[in-house]
Amino acid sequence: MEIGALLLITLPVALRAMVPIALAAIGEVVAERAGVVNIGLEGILVISAFAAVVGAQAAGTPWVGLAAGMLAGAAVALLHGWIGIYLKGDQIISGVGINLLGIGLVGFGAMALWGNRSLQLDYALWVPGLPVPWGSLSPLVPLTVLIAGLTWWLLHRTAFGLRVQAVGENPEAADVVGVPVERVRLLAVVYGGLLGGLGGAFLSLDWTHTITNTLPAGRGFIALATVVFSKLNPLLALVGGFLFGYFEALAIQLDSAASGGGGPALPSQFVRMIPYVATLVVVAGAIGRARFPKAIAQPYRRE
Amino acid sequence: MTVSMRIGGLLRPLLEVGGALLLGLLLGAALMALWGYDPWAAYRALFTSAFGDRFALANTLSRATPLILTGLTFAIGVRAGLFNIGAQGQMYVGALAAVVIGGLLEPPPGLHLPLALAGAMVAGALWSLPAALLKLARGVHEVISTIMLNWIALWLAQYVVLTYLSEGRRSIQVAPEARLPLITVGIDLSSALLVGVAFSLAVYGLLWHHVAGYELRAAGLNPDAARYGGVRPGRQLLRAFLLGGWAAGLAGAVEVLGRFPFALTNDLSNLGTLGFDGIAVALVGRNHPLGVMLSAVFFGALAAGRTMMEFRAGVPTDMIQIVQGVIVVAIAAPELWRMGRRLLPFPYLPPRRELKAEGP
Repeated sequence: MEIGALLLITLPVALRAMVPIALAAIGEVVAERAGVVNIGLEGILVISAFAAVVGAQAAGTPWVGLAAGMLAGAAVALLHGWIGIYLKGDQIISGVGINLLGIGLVGFGAMALWGNRSLQLDYALWVPGLPVPWGSLSPLVPLTVLIAGLTWWLLHRTAFGLRVQAVGENPEAADVVGVPVERVRLLAVVYGGLLGGLGGAFLSLDWTHTITNTLPAGRGFIALATVVFSKLNPLLALVGGFLFGYFEALAIQLDSAASGGGGPALPSQFVRMIPYVATLVVVAGAIGRARFPKAIAQPYRRE
Repeated sequence: MTVSMRIGGLLRPLLEVGGALLLGLLLGAALMALWGYDPWAAYRALFTSAFGDRFALANTLSRATPLILTGLTFAIGVRAGLFNIGAQGQMYVGALAAVVIGGLLEPPPGLHLPLALAGAMVAGALWSLPAALLKLARGVHEVISTIMLNWIALWLAQYVVLTYLSEGRRSIQVAPEARLPLITVGIDLSSALLVGVAFSLAVYGLLWHHVAGYELRAAGLNPDAARYGGVRPGRQLLRAFLLGGWAAGLAGAVEVLGRFPFALTNDLSNLGTLGFDGIAVALVGRNHPLGVMLSAVFFGALAAGRTMMEFRAGVPTDMIQIVQGVIVVAIAAPELWRMGRRLLPFPYLPPRRELKAEGP
């Protein structure tokens, strides 16, 4: 296959692959701006993907499922926030635990509910696509773009955004001028959970129409890479999500081309590696530690 | 230091970890009961198939072995003030090196096994180097760099296995001379255990009874004070990364040299998530080499017993990951302990020290 044609037919897949990565990353940008790191994104994605399926099945419509996914994401974020903000716990350890918990809860839940570790969804529960010239487009693709813009506006043009940045950069000063540091941080983390939850729901209800406890397949970690890549800017997180989604889509295309007999121009493993190598290069070259909020990952204790 | 504080200093970590383990097991039991499983039967099946007879015990110890090593990677990092979660990737390249050396080379007799082990250690250490250098030169946080390196290692090792070493669904096997022999005939426990224990004791000796380890821990406790005392913190970071890389590389090696299929599967799935699991092992072991060994036996027992738990009590094996997740989350929140402490009759316990500074 000609390289140009390959790059072109990959685009629609890339737009889909962008959604969960970009949503989780945009949400995490807000949380990290407030000074809270959540490396449990992978766990949030898988738990919300599962909750979305359960919600959609119960209500018989995918829209309720999307809402259930967001709620589940917010609930997990609430747990993480409670530990990291109010209990002054270690955010990274909590995130590691949430990732473990996610794999276990979804595997256990699927076995308990359906007697099987994976489930194919009925067509009635699929999120319907928007008709476009090349087929259909998930409504979550434009929604993700919209959310990126809205989040940028929220962070940079509203009083809430200012408060988020204040509690991330200098919680003591924010506290002195009367900003409720812990509440603002919790809100930021829950906002991240809502978006991550939407991304997880998209994975099961819209993209793959299945649920297993390995569904996110590392996308939570790619989202973390995207956050670093974005320099904590939601719009760049969208661009990063698209780029990383694009490489993923390209790797899928190369794999299927290879299994079809035509030798691939480039081993898919190297394509899959690109986002991670790119992130390392970006952090090594463009970003020092100064670009992150000063109080990142540190619980706030009033002296 | 008063006697009561000494007792408290030992009691605290025990109670804190014990509380987290209990919380994990209890929440797991509650969830099982909620779904109509019998938690008592489940835990009994788990226990007997992990410790019931010498075969069960051998299985438990054999599963504990790589966890000792990946647990040490994280624990050594914490002691130097690092959050090195790169054991997974370092384990992949270590296992790959062991397969290449054990399966392709034909060194003089007697040298095959030591070469494969040493090669794996070197490979693991090399894979930790980018994270160390990025941290030292550019201030890149090791959590970010090691997550990236873990994934790069996964795809790289898969590529090498598929392209150069593939033999059906797995890589070529390592030669019999390069395999770790069984400890005694008839019981499926390889001498990998001895490698793990020896390494762990060596780390203990280095960190607590040698000046190099003292410097490493001093840099972790307080880099500024250590610098004032003539320790160069950067060198200690590098030392901790390399030591951790050795341990993780060795973990990969003992899995492919000591356990069937004596090879890597094409997707590396026979290594599972041993590297990540090491984080939980280290946390429960309070980041102390001796604690890590005990903790690895606990996690090894969970891994060894969960299949029978599903078989006998019908509880999905995923329950074990829930229990592990709850344990880790509980350990993340020291204030949970403080909340619980009000209920306990130990008023003399000293306040909790920071993560970096804890341990006997």
